[in-house]
Amino acid sequence: MELIRLTNVKKTYKTGVTAIQDLNLSINKGEFVFIIGSTGCGKSTLIKMLYREEKPNSGQIIVGGVDVGKLRNGKVYKIRRKIGVVFQDFKLLPKSTVYENVAFALEIFGVPKAEIHSKVVKVLDLVGLKHKIKSYPNELSGGEQQRVAIARAIVNGPKLLICDEPTGNLDPNTSMEIMKVLEEINKLGTTIIMVTHSIDIVKELNKRVIVLDSGRVLKDYAEGTYR
Amino acid sequence: MKTFRIIGRNFRDAFKGVFRNFSLSLASISCITITLIVVAVSIILSYNVDNFTNLVEKDVTIVSFLDNDLSDEKIDEIKDQISVINNVDKYEFISKTDITKDMMESSDVFESIMKNWSDEENPIQNTFQVKVKNIEDIDNVAKEIKQIDGVTLVKYGEGMVEQLISVFDIVHKVCVISVIALVLVTAFLISNTIKITINSRQREISIMRLIGASNLNIRIPFIIEGLILGALGAIIPIIGTIYGYNALYHNFNGQLFSPFIKLIQPTPFVYTISLILLGIGILVGMFGSWRAVRKHLKI
Repeated sequence: MELIRLTNVKKTYKTGVTAIQDLNLSINKGEFVFIIGSTGCGKSTLIKMLYREEKPNSGQIIVGGVDVGKLRNGKVYKIRRKIGVVFQDFKLLPKSTVYENVAFALEIFGVPKAEIHSKVVKVLDLVGLKHKIKSYPNELSGGEQQRVAIARAIVNGPKLLICDEPTGNLDPNTSMEIMKVLEEINKLGTTIIMVTHSIDIVKELNKRVIVLDSGRVLKDYAEGTYR
Repeated sequence: MKTFRIIGRNFRDAFKGVFRNFSLSLASISCITITLIVVAVSIILSYNVDNFTNLVEKDVTIVSFLDNDLSDEKIDEIKDQISVINNVDKYEFISKTDITKDMMESSDVFESIMKNWSDEENPIQNTFQVKVKNIEDIDNVAKEIKQIDGVTLVKYGEGMVEQLISVFDIVHKVCVISVIALVLVTAFLISNTIKITINSRQREISIMRLIGASNLNIRIPFIIEGLILGALGAIIPIIGTIYGYNALYHNFNGQLFSPFIKLIQPTPFVYTISLILLGIGILVGMFGSWRAVRKHLKI
């Protein structure tokens, strides 16, 4: 079943740089997709359009049945609540504990305290950080911080998890740990789209791989075909 | 239930925000405090000037002196003529006998001179004392009375009354304008101070946006923070108003320079002013925050 569909998408920035052109793409529910390509090929623009940080100039982007390109700025939160996003720089609140960082995503929606507690503990257990619940971000390693960020992104139970170079700041071993966590999350039914520069990871996981070049899909490798 | 939880969380976050960024909060609070002190002085002055004007207006009387040779019928006729003049509120006939009696009671000197006067010798004139509804038109009323046959002289302190009222009017207007100007200037000052606070929390806002917080979700804690800053900023001006005005009132025995200019009683006046100050502080703080956080929202 289709979760994401991009039809003839074009994005040109105000500076005149065309990041995406004539992009057509379809991603099904439950898939794990890598997006790779050289710097400036449009990877980041593509995922930013998926969570509606950027708007396409033309074409249609459907995510979970919603035409995100047509969403007004004031309504963007509606799609964001269905999508989890993880970044290279973790984006954690430095003055809040691990628990508070994850709970934050539930608190703003008025989820009852007991429910917040059980969900946060469960999700921290999933990413293997239950024992660090009271630590502050600066007391954690890079890999641990990224796992907190992943926990925060999935605590709402999003259908889609977008990862923008989540292992970019991490060493190979820690990166593989993060990938294991992401695979676990994917097995639970969450669709994952991950932008990466690490060919090792892509080869190791053997998932679907989309190669972008100059804002177009250069190659789309089905699961298990990228070598 | 959910709404209460969200409101509760917003208040908790707002308090946290105020104390976590205390130095910046203190800047905003001081800014509000200073303005509110000036606003308080202006409002107190403005209310009192209004009060003085009312007192003066109530006190001003047109005294119409009558020819002493008039018959009672003629006096009744004049009375009827005065009663139909537009803008006349009250009128009272005071005979020369009453005036003489009052004067003799008020001073021994008068008494020693006046007691020997016969009715014919008494130079004091019968009068009509007239009060008007609208003080600004007093001059016209005086002119109309003067035209009545049998009225020899009309006096109401012309010149002085108009001058006093126009001075009060100017003071009142200056106060109102300065209150409005101060409130506006503070709103923008607060907005800029809060902007610095919010800029330092840009990361927090961007994360909120990312995890699907609506503009309202983001804005409300900051607006509540503005409300708290405004309320905290109003504390010193309110205390100052309550104690300061009471001290001033008792120091001057409730009047300024003469019994003519009475100050407003401190109770409930100071409490009304305190509420106004609290209201202005809260509104200014909320508006400042609302404006400051707007920049960070893609609306």
